[in-house]
Amino acid sequence: MSATASAIRAVAWPLLGVAIVLGVWQIGVMVSGVAHYLLPPPSAIARAMWESRDMLTAAMGRTALGAAIGFICAAAAGILLGSVIALIPLLRRSLYPLATVLQMVPVVAVAPLLQLWVDNGLPMAILSAAIVALFPVLAATIDGQASVDPGLRELFKLYGASPLRRWWKLDFPWSVPATVTGLRIAAGLAVIGAVVGEFVSGYGGTRAPLGIVIQAAMRDARTDLVFAAVALTTVVGFALFGAISFVGWLLVSRWHASAVNESEDQR
Amino acid sequence: MTREPPILQFDRVAREFSGGVRAVDGVTLSLAPGSFTALIGPSGCGKTTLLRLVARLDSPTAGRVEAGEATVSQSVCFQDPRLLPWRRVVDNVALPLELAGVPLAERHASALDVLQAAGLAHASRMLPAQLSGGMRMRVALARALVTQPQVLLLDEPCSAVDEFTRMQLDTEILRTWRTCGATTLLVTHSVSEAVWLADRVVVMAKGRVHADHVVQVERAERDRGGAAFIGEVEHCMRLLAAASGAASNGKAA
Repeated sequence: MSATASAIRAVAWPLLGVAIVLGVWQIGVMVSGVAHYLLPPPSAIARAMWESRDMLTAAMGRTALGAAIGFICAAAAGILLGSVIALIPLLRRSLYPLATVLQMVPVVAVAPLLQLWVDNGLPMAILSAAIVALFPVLAATIDGQASVDPGLRELFKLYGASPLRRWWKLDFPWSVPATVTGLRIAAGLAVIGAVVGEFVSGYGGTRAPLGIVIQAAMRDARTDLVFAAVALTTVVGFALFGAISFVGWLLVSRWHASAVNESEDQR
Repeated sequence: MTREPPILQFDRVAREFSGGVRAVDGVTLSLAPGSFTALIGPSGCGKTTLLRLVARLDSPTAGRVEAGEATVSQSVCFQDPRLLPWRRVVDNVALPLELAGVPLAERHASALDVLQAAGLAHASRMLPAQLSGGMRMRVALARALVTQPQVLLLDEPCSAVDEFTRMQLDTEILRTWRTCGATTLLVTHSVSEAVWLADRVVVMAKGRVHADHVVQVERAERDRGGAAFIGEVEHCMRLLAAASGAASNGKAA
């Protein structure tokens, strides 16, 4: 099968799945006669999306900005901290359990505290997104660097490599596939974090992001607009996830078993 | 006649692991410069542990491994190729030089020379995933040679390849030994491989040297696979069988 045909197949199956779900939803709402303010049909959501397209596009841009900056901060901090923790066994033993416990704290619970430390608005969305996205990157980086093939470690010992050189030439590149997996998870979480930050900080007016649009639409009983905004948060998450997946594919597709196996499965 | 001092000397070397397991138990051996020695013996007899002690990947719990000179450079080729999957073949081969701080152009030139000699120049820009198992082992052997070591340690480099690739690798090992003149210590399970390659076969059992046999057959006779070669193989087989018997009696006791 050619590369184009397998690419079409890779896109066609998920699209078919979405089309089936939307079709069942539309027909289900029409047949059951459920009130549209409780569950609007996909056609009503599409109409609301079209009618409010300017406002929704601007809101999506603001949410995407908060999520993306938060994600980049989390990625940089997670990779840096994870590498330091993985490199120093004492830190791995002392800090890793603490990080695991801290990630159990729901961001919604600490969001009011965050208001004390940063301004409402975009800074709040960025911080909230970064906090939620940090742990998957940190954990994946530590696990990736801790799982280096012992045989390769031995090889570097044989050649007298210093710990820092071994980290740069072996541990870090070895952990890239695991870190990319952590980044992909973090991409989705960053959008959730950004929306939570928006909910809490409540900035609005002409600069309202999707989180505020959702809250305002709920107050106005515009369930169709709520669904439209929710759908757009998914688009933001998917775009971030897709971008990271693409970068990850560029980095590891030529040599890592996960990418090789994936392409073989598609044949 | 003057006798050259040994390049490596094992003086009552022992390695005991936790639980009182003695993998190596009082081995005394000396290796002459430029010699080719094969270590054979039943599984768990301490061959690989002995090789790791030479490579300084482990330390003896008793005795000493001494080098004949102040600094003896050495390289190891392991059972598995241990290549970095994200690096091209040439970069993998150049790795020991890179870690030693050799400039890029110089180390690439050295790596390409070694690959050329091994008939792998065409694969220099490939990634390990694009190579066959046998080619990966040959790349690993090239990497072990790029530093031009005085001592080459081979830990069953042919154990995971098919018979045809094993023959190719053995020919490569022999060519390397002849051209580089490195003192070579080969750990192997194959008696015929040991006799074909080495000029001395050391049989180990229960961490000790059970027999130390000098191969008397000329190279041409070995290549022909003639009666003298087969006789040597059979002799070493008998030594190995006796060593295996000693090991299993020891276990039974």
